[in-house]
Amino acid sequence: MSGSVLFDIPGPRARARNRVFNAVTALVIVLVIWVVYSRLNAKGQLTAAKWEPFLSSNLWTTYVLPGVQGTLTAAAVSIVLALVLGFVLGVGRMSHALPIRWVCSVVVEFFRAVPVLVMMIFAYFLYATYDVFPSKHLALAGVITGLTLYNGAVIAEIVRAGVNALPRGQSEAASALGLRWGQTMRSILLPQAITSMLPVLISQLVVVLKDTAIGYQITFLEMVRQGTQVGASYGNYIPALIVIAVLMISVNFALSSFAVWLEGRMRRSRRGPAPLKAEPVTQGAFGAGAGGSI
Amino acid sequence: MEIFTEYRGQIFEAFWTTIQLTVFSAIGALILGTALAAMRLAPVPMLNWIGTSYVNVVRNTPLTLIILFCSFGLSQTLGITLVDPGSLTSIEDSNFRLAVLGFTVYTAAFVCETVRAGVNTVPLGQAEAARSLGLTFAQNLRIVLLPQAFRAVIIPLGSVLIALTKNTTIASAIGVAEAALLMKEMIENTAALVTVGTIFMLGFVILTLPTGLFFGWLGKRMAVAR
Repeated sequence: MSGSVLFDIPGPRARARNRVFNAVTALVIVLVIWVVYSRLNAKGQLTAAKWEPFLSSNLWTTYVLPGVQGTLTAAAVSIVLALVLGFVLGVGRMSHALPIRWVCSVVVEFFRAVPVLVMMIFAYFLYATYDVFPSKHLALAGVITGLTLYNGAVIAEIVRAGVNALPRGQSEAASALGLRWGQTMRSILLPQAITSMLPVLISQLVVVLKDTAIGYQITFLEMVRQGTQVGASYGNYIPALIVIAVLMISVNFALSSFAVWLEGRMRRSRRGPAPLKAEPVTQGAFGAGAGGSI
Repeated sequence: MEIFTEYRGQIFEAFWTTIQLTVFSAIGALILGTALAAMRLAPVPMLNWIGTSYVNVVRNTPLTLIILFCSFGLSQTLGITLVDPGSLTSIEDSNFRLAVLGFTVYTAAFVCETVRAGVNTVPLGQAEAARSLGLTFAQNLRIVLLPQAFRAVIIPLGSVLIALTKNTTIASAIGVAEAALLMKEMIENTAALVTVGTIFMLGFVILTLPTGLFFGWLGKRMAVAR
């Protein structure tokens, strides 16, 4: 969206005024930076001693890298399992058999309505009580379960949106050829829907990566927990959390930019179906749906 | 069932805290988010830049990290507690307010994007007509665009509100006594995992379902007829 439709092309006076606004804004930014700087400085947060530990390889190998590994493991396993679950639920929701459709709808809406943390806590204690996993992997299993159930439900909605966005002629032609519902889904609709879903699935991966941090609360060893560990052992919470945030933001920002770029590229191309918007799907059966995936 | 009767008071209290967290953060996020959206649309490059960077940074940060930063960074390191240290409930109040601050900051980025998407749904002719009447950018936004944009994004804003309701559980990371914290406590104390789990999952379904239905109804009712 270009802002130009909202205001006229600025004339000399408007340009002068905009320059003043620009300067005032810059001044405010400088002021804010100065206040933040002086507050941090007053508490000694900017001294070399607080930041130097990040130059030692020990800090990275002991704390940060295991956290990165935990985050990536949980995210990778969860997104794969969520894709499987999402396809099953999404196709189930479009089934012609009423009971299947009904069950899948209830499951999807339920998992979108319940907070991920609540599911993680529940799964964690469930596995602990019944000794499903070795205690070393309890937290990982809890995190993966929570993320899979929630994102599976979201992906089910994405799958449905992807199939619904295809031209009606596709399924009409398939039934004119005598294909059954399952054949139509498998060989006509889903392959096209997957292509159009690609950008929004990448955006969903950002959500999964961010949400691994919720595992902090069931003692899962991921990046944010490791950041607080660094803070605790070196007495530098603010630098530690800033470093973790920078790592997280750069990866997630790159992924979201890639998703937007891919969407634009697919929209311009003439081949294949138009992509879904690279934003997490938020509509649902209950009017507003049970929550966006933010 | 006896678990529910035994803990009834605490359960309602915890969900009441969840609701309070949601409402206060929602108000804050709506104000901050709208201001950010206005910044991103304004003819001043510096304001655009602030709005865009804010959204890109905050949207890509885990909420847990923001909440923990409020506690470890702002409160423990910098001494910004947002409360009068003399009051008796200063620790609880401080955690609660810091959590509201964190949720506001986080949710505002999503409100901003939603409102901006709403402005994009307003037909070009509206803005052009407003300009030809001689309205300035601020007048255009205030009188013509935002009222129509808000009516168009009631349903997505409802989704953001529901997501916020669910996200408030993360406040338990800094010890705010809301639903998820009580859930953990109750599981540890009673060992009745399935019952406790069901109570809290149903509690959130009860909170989010009517919100979704209400915003769906409101959005359809308020939709701008074109």
